[in-house]
Amino acid sequence: MCKQLNITKTFRVSKITLVRSQKKPSSASADGVSTIPLYRSAPTLEVRLEDFERFAVDRLLVLRGISDGLARGKKPDEMEKLVSDLWKANMRHPNTSEIIDKDIISHFVLRLVYCRTEELRKWFLSMESTLFRYRFRLETSDVHRALMTELGIPYKSVTNAEFEGLKEKLSQVARSIGQQLPTSDTVYYKVPWEEVSELVGSRRVFIKKGYAYVALNQVVSFVIPHFRSHLSKALVLTNRKWTSMIREQEKDRLTPIVEALSTSYLGPDYTQDKEFGEISLKDIDQVARSSFPLCMRHLFDSLREDHHLKHGGRMQLGLFLKGVGLKLDDALAFWKAEFSQKVGAERFDKEYAYGIRHNFGKEGKRTDYTPFSCQKIILSTPGVGDHHGCPYRHFSEENLRAALGKMGVGSRELEQVVEKAKGRHYQLACTLTFEAIHGASCDSGINHPNQYFKASQNILKEKK
Amino acid sequence: MTKEAQNERDDMLVDDPEPQDEQIDDIPDEFNPNYLKVYYGRLFPHADMFKWLSYGNDGKHPACDQSYIGRREFSFTLDNDIYLRFQSFNCASELENGIKDKCPFKIDIGPVYSVDPSKRLAYAQSGDNIFTPVERELVFDIDISDYDDARYCCSGADVCLDCWPLMTIAIKVIDTSLRDDFGFNNILWVYSGRRGVHCWVCDGKARRLNNEQRGAIADYFRVYKGNTNSKSKVSLVGSALHPFLVRSYSDVLRDFFEKKLLCSQQLLSDERYEKILEMIPDESITSELRGKWQDNRRSSSGKDVNVVRWEQLKQLLQSGKQKATGIRRCVEEIVFSFTYPRLDMEVSKHMNHLLKAPFCIHPKTGRVCVPIDPDVCDEFDPTNVPTLSKLLREINTVGLQVEGDKVWERTSMGKSIRYFRGSFLQPLMKSCKEEIEESYSAKVQQSKNSLTW
Ligand SMILES: [Zn+2]
Repeated sequence: MCKQLNITKTFRVSKITLVRSQKKPSSASADGVSTIPLYRSAPTLEVRLEDFERFAVDRLLVLRGISDGLARGKKPDEMEKLVSDLWKANMRHPNTSEIIDKDIISHFVLRLVYCRTEELRKWFLSMESTLFRYRFRLETSDVHRALMTELGIPYKSVTNAEFEGLKEKLSQVARSIGQQLPTSDTVYYKVPWEEVSELVGSRRVFIKKGYAYVALNQVVSFVIPHFRSHLSKALVLTNRKWTSMIREQEKDRLTPIVEALSTSYLGPDYTQDKEFGEISLKDIDQVARSSFPLCMRHLFDSLREDHHLKHGGRMQLGLFLKGVGLKLDDALAFWKAEFSQKVGAERFDKEYAYGIRHNFGKEGKRTDYTPFSCQKIILSTPGVGDHHGCPYRHFSEENLRAALGKMGVGSRELEQVVEKAKGRHYQLACTLTFEAIHGASCDSGINHPNQYFKASQNILKEKK
Repeated sequence: MTKEAQNERDDMLVDDPEPQDEQIDDIPDEFNPNYLKVYYGRLFPHADMFKWLSYGNDGKHPACDQSYIGRREFSFTLDNDIYLRFQSFNCASELENGIKDKCPFKIDIGPVYSVDPSKRLAYAQSGDNIFTPVERELVFDIDISDYDDARYCCSGADVCLDCWPLMTIAIKVIDTSLRDDFGFNNILWVYSGRRGVHCWVCDGKARRLNNEQRGAIADYFRVYKGNTNSKSKVSLVGSALHPFLVRSYSDVLRDFFEKKLLCSQQLLSDERYEKILEMIPDESITSELRGKWQDNRRSSSGKDVNVVRWEQLKQLLQSGKQKATGIRRCVEEIVFSFTYPRLDMEVSKHMNHLLKAPFCIHPKTGRVCVPIDPDVCDEFDPTNVPTLSKLLREINTVGLQVEGDKVWERTSMGKSIRYFRGSFLQPLMKSCKEEIEESYSAKVQQSKNSLTW
């Protein structure tokens, strides 16, 4: 499904142990109650290297889907459905008894993948917490109770005597938020109000002397912070282990997989897009204007203007052009026409032609390089004089506004795009740009510059 | 030059006021920088302020954090609007000398930062950006100027005894909730010197709240729909009100509205009743009331016309005929719209907001920002708060007979300082000591555990 992840095929090794740990997996599943593990300690499960990667990719698809749903501002009910659908679609396992294993293994693999920078940790923490939140919501209150015990949440439920004293107030709250009136069977937890601040802020709980009285169906609000803080600490520890030990120990097996996963793109492969193929040199300026996403348009314009691009820019634009179907000979001619104006034809042949052939797999290790996905471009770190990267992330607001204006984005849409970019929803900003320029919706969202190109060409062909 | 730029070169900009030889017999009512110097020299409770903001860390206990007070931001507004941010003081005498030296028109108190705020630039250059607020009292700011659509007697920063009670009930509603709902105990209310009140919640738990939790408290108190520009419309949805709103309504707001505000602001007089009718979403009811009130301009019973009309309005809205909760809820919405506290939410939500220190002198009115005792806040009269010039006259009278620091006892500030010490500072110090003891024994316990481990 995704070529760049098939690194494992050379290691058809028997089995590996993920992380060494003395502890037994202590999930509530042991009691046959919950199907949500809490990932408290690393599993001692053995896992085949190919599963290691496949499970991780499946979970990543779930997390990316959640990320997209959040960026689109989906409401809690819509999110609940989305999470449940994503989970069913990606986390099934032919052997039902191994579903929990897959859940746990995939989580711990992604911990390795996403422990390595602050930014990656933040993203993973946010998506895993959201995933947990909606899975938790779908469980019964017995499961909720079991999970709370297991999370070590020490709150006692309110005693009968205390309940009777507060019954009137608790009923008022229940009525004010349209919930069933409490009876003596209703379980309430008494927790410091700070731990359920979102319930306090929306006046969905009764509070007295610093304690909030939380109904069992509201406990998700204090379970999530516990889950989150545990995972947050664990990620920092994992990072320490990774840099001090695992990365070196596993440099021939897990390390390359782990490093590829965080930037891996999980959509269709645009390495050689046969459908459109063969963009000829004479059309390239016109096609760039009509169908290049902003990042590529910017690189393209910069190249035309400066007759030069630094390495990062050459890679990002070069592989993209290969993806849209520029043949090797044309690519060489294209780059040469520009670069020779600056460095001369001779120096181009000597210093730059190699890199272009390399991208096409004609030099060096002869690997056919894949066009960069949005994910990879967003995570790149352009320096001074670089033009690559994602404009929605790396441009100043002023420059982004100017660039969008130049692309022909109307002022109302422009505000929305800038808004999304500010909210760090770069791909959604790009999707909105696409929709503004083409006057057509793009429900799948933009995940890859070549997908942008392809979708644009589709629309333009229909219009003809 | 921008204020920022000025801040960076503070030392160059501060000059002592010119010494003046003239007699201060005839002291004008307005604010005068020369008298401010005398005020800071003889009345301002420097030591009490230091004690307060040290929160027990100035003691000898091994668990005291000696760096604590030195990480607190003070900011001074000097003559000509020169603004010095990020001042810090390591001990009581430094603070006192700093204030006497610069003689600020206004002193603001900011958060406690991770590092000494006056050295923040050095830390920034060292690469790690670790300059961040770590502690701050939970604060509230309520301004009478936000109530202009609920009062007809004054507008803007002006305030009189007819509209000041709006502040009084704001204190009651918020204070009760902070104590009974949130469980805070060490709360200081302060007159802002002109148009409102400030509240400082000083419990350790309050000082350590993160911004999200501060935001939750602000939201808990929010009943106004929309932004600051549409404050007047309250929306109370749901088939019942939250207990906090029920209590505020039945213990404070309803009585105040019916017994005071209605008559003092003539809310249902001929010229004003339309505004209230606009808040009723049912046209048949509003036209019925309008009809009654147009015909019957004077009440025959001798009762105040506002009271009579309010009874009629309530009767019609709350009668058994009205099925929709929206209509029955309307009476409460009107009361809330006119009386519920209007907080400046932004001040409460973030740790790094600055707030004027108690006992400052308001430069426009010359009045001292004295504490207000919430238990007797009905008695507080803003027009009777001591002014700088009044205090100066008192010093002149008693100053010669009394030894150095005892002057304040004989002035009209005495009561305020006694309240600050006795009712705020003393219980606060007690709970700070307990907290420090507690954290210490917890630490000792922990180290014991780790030894046996
Ligand atoms: Zn007034």
